[in-house]
Amino acid sequence: MAIEPFIEKFPNRFFNVGIAEQNMVGMATGLAEAGYIPFVYSIIPFATLRPLEFIRNGPIAHGLPVRIVGVGSGINYSTNGLSHYGIEDIGVLRTQPGISIIFPANAAQMKSALETTWNRPEPIYYRISKGSNNIIPNFDGKFTYGEIDIIEKENDLLILTLGSMIKEVLIARLNLLAKGISASVAIISSLDSKYPTKLTELLSKFSLVCSVEDHYKIGGIGSLISETIADQGLNCKNIRCGFSDLPDGITGSIDYLYEKNNLDAKSIVEKIVSTLEKMIKD
Amino acid sequence: MLGMENDFFPYSKDEITLNSLIDANAIRKVILDQSFRAHVGHIGSALSVADIIYALYFKILNIKTPNYPDRDRFILSKGHSALALYAALYYRGWISKDELDSYCTSGTYFGVHPENKVPGVDFCSGSLGQGITYATGAALAAKIQKSQRRIFTLISDGECNEGSVWEAVMVASQFQLSNLIVIIDLNNQQAFGYTKDVINLSPMGDRWKAFNWDVVDIDGHSPIEITKTIEKLNLVDGPPHVIVAHTTFGKGVSFMENKIKWHYFPMSEEEYSQALIEISQQ
Repeated sequence: MAIEPFIEKFPNRFFNVGIAEQNMVGMATGLAEAGYIPFVYSIIPFATLRPLEFIRNGPIAHGLPVRIVGVGSGINYSTNGLSHYGIEDIGVLRTQPGISIIFPANAAQMKSALETTWNRPEPIYYRISKGSNNIIPNFDGKFTYGEIDIIEKENDLLILTLGSMIKEVLIARLNLLAKGISASVAIISSLDSKYPTKLTELLSKFSLVCSVEDHYKIGGIGSLISETIADQGLNCKNIRCGFSDLPDGITGSIDYLYEKNNLDAKSIVEKIVSTLEKMIKD
Repeated sequence: MLGMENDFFPYSKDEITLNSLIDANAIRKVILDQSFRAHVGHIGSALSVADIIYALYFKILNIKTPNYPDRDRFILSKGHSALALYAALYYRGWISKDELDSYCTSGTYFGVHPENKVPGVDFCSGSLGQGITYATGAALAAKIQKSQRRIFTLISDGECNEGSVWEAVMVASQFQLSNLIVIIDLNNQQAFGYTKDVINLSPMGDRWKAFNWDVVDIDGHSPIEITKTIEKLNLVDGPPHVIVAHTTFGKGVSFMENKIKWHYFPMSEEEYSQALIEISQQ
């Protein structure tokens, strides 16, 4: 069930425009110019990459409130393969001034994000993870635009994550704790083309940050952190956990693919421990 | 140098009225003057639509002011013909002579392709294949709002190479967007060759008929025929409309007519002089 409940409730407000994403975004632009707030929806690569130039020249260039809803972040569509992966969408859209990118950590935050952002004037891209019913301790699911939610406050390092990756991060945090390493955990859930002030504030408190994202290392929040550290002259080392290589075609479950790409909790822990050991030695 | 001093047509804003002094050749003169002054090409494409633009802005479009919400919409999807559009906006009194004269200078909104910051331009264009998608959304919006307004878009025959055109064609037909009128400037040329040699879509009307559009073939250089054709369309219900306007690339200037060179090339002083003489004698 994706949009069926909406169709049942609002049959006159739903338009199936076929398998034609460029036109879908173009039509949304035409509707928005007439005063509507259209939501367009597809799996992430088809909602963002296929119609990218339409997104840029349409809602972004015209400053119109089109909502692009992409489902299946990262490798959520696991066995469907690269064609269905959303592993560069943040990077691609983050280059565009004038669009907001929102990637809730769970269903509760998605609801809150929709309630608080639906009538913002700019275009918005909502990046939704599948199976996002994660229960996150110390997190009320409230979305505040531009905010970074700190759900565990410790001193040794900061782990910054997004979307459903929080699940692996929370497991990693407990395993780090068992090794005597106490990690802060923070969730970032919105971005625009400007560096978030909150991020600079947060990074200035740590000498080590680890980003965990279901996205290529290039262009996502790991890149954003590195840019912020460099631009603001912060004294913080950044380790990025994300996809490095083009998927090689070998498929499997989400857990299998996280492990294969060093995005599972165990790999995250290993990476943090080895980095800390090296930092102490140096 | 010949050019801006020439006073063959009334150029001061005060003198501009929607009177019989304005005709398609007044638009052609602006195209020649401005492209010569700015040393910019796309002359042939703009000349080919001069009669269509004239008919739209002086006989057809219901646009009392550029900001009136329920105005007809017009999208110049073949944005490289912008000079013809600027000429019409100027003669309608929506832009000043100074603004027109700023064409392709520094610090102006009046570039090679239309920007929606220009009064009377609802949608930016320049990337072929996008205008019809905006128009499809705009037509759907008018239908939902139960507005009588009509949505026009002018596309080129070469533009029909773009897959997104056919995405919109399919959806507009499925949704029976009877208030959508696509005009094709069928001048048989595109940037690097004659359309029949690049991608032969002839007979163009049959392609649209196959998608259940209402198709009318007309002489694209007869403002009367264009106007009468549009008056007869059923805009209340039924399929969307395509007017296949058979035109001559570079129409009105003998040495430009049907010549590929004039897609990009600017004019020399001699060519400009000769072109002016030709259109003043018509």
